[in-house]
Amino acid sequence: MTRKEWLDDDAGPVVRPFALIGGRARSSGDDLDLIALITTTGANPRDRADISPEQAHILELAAETSSVADIASDLNLALGVVRVLLGDLQDQGLVRVRPPAQVAPLPSARILKEVINGLRAL
Amino acid sequence: MAFAPSDEPVALKILVAGGFGVGKTTLVGAISEIRPLRTEEVLSDRGVGVDDLDGVETKTTTTVAMDFGRITIREGLVVYLFGTPGQERFWFMWDELSYGALGAVVLADTRRLTDCFPSIDYFEQRGTPFIVAVNCFDGAERYEPDDVRIALDLDPDLPVLLCDVRRRASAKVVLVTLVEHALKTLTATQR
Repeated sequence: MTRKEWLDDDAGPVVRPFALIGGRARSSGDDLDLIALITTTGANPRDRADISPEQAHILELAAETSSVADIASDLNLALGVVRVLLGDLQDQGLVRVRPPAQVAPLPSARILKEVINGLRAL
Repeated sequence: MAFAPSDEPVALKILVAGGFGVGKTTLVGAISEIRPLRTEEVLSDRGVGVDDLDGVETKTTTTVAMDFGRITIREGLVVYLFGTPGQERFWFMWDELSYGALGAVVLADTRRLTDCFPSIDYFEQRGTPFIVAVNCFDGAERYEPDDVRIALDLDPDLPVLLCDVRRRASAKVVLVTLVEHALKTLTATQR
C-alpha cells in the first residue's frame, strides 16, 4: 500500500507545522506583511542541506516575485509557519522582501488611476 | 505568477469589512480569484493578541481559515482583497490587515445596521479611506443612500452606495468608488 491511500488532506499534515520550523515561534519574518513582495536574490544557498523542501518551494515561487499571502496559499501552510520560513531565507540572503509601506498607504495618483481603469475594464 | 521580474512590482491591499454574514466573501468572490489562506493563531480566555508565550497551558492554538482575493490589473500591479474577520474575537487581526491598506469597503445590511458601527469607528480612527456599501438583500426594505448616511452619521463627502455583492458589475462599481475616494483623499492630503 502506498502512503497516499491512507493519508489524505483530511488526515492533516504528516509533518506538524512546528516541526517544519524547528519548534520556533519567532523569526526575523514575524512582521512580514501579507502583501509584502518576496523575490529571490539569485544567491546560492551556502549549503543545499539547509534548505527544506518547503523553502525550496518558496524559492521557486519567489523567482518571479510573489506576495506572502500568495506563498502561504500556494504552500497550503499556516501564515505563521510561512513567515518563519521566509525569515530564515531572508537571513540567509536568499530572498529580498519589499514591504508594502514603500507603495502604501500613499501609492501614487498614477497607480491609483491605473487601478481605477483596470477595475473598470474587468 | 503575476509579476514580471523586470518591473518594480506593486501590490495594493483593499479591505472588505462589515458584520458577520453581510456578504464580504461573496463580494470578494464576485470580482476576484479567491485563494484560501490559513493562519494559526494563539487564543486565550482572557483575550486575544497577547503575544506572551508564558503560561501556554491556558492557551490553545487554532487554525483560522480566511480567504483573500487577487485582481491582476496588469503585469506587476496586483490588488489584493482581504475580508476582515467578522467575529469580535479576531479583532487582533485587523491591525495587521489594515497596515498599508489603500482603503476599505464597509458592507452594511440595513436590517442590522449597527453591525457595521465597529468597522466604521475603526477606519475613522485609523484614518483609512473607506466607503459604505449597502448590500441589498432580497426581502430587505430599500433605503436611499442618504438615509443610511444620516443613520450612520457619516461625513457628507464619504461615498455611500447601494450594491448587490453577488453581481460582478455591482462589485466592480463598489471597488471603483473606493479607489476613486482613496485617490481624492490622497490628492487632498498632498495639497
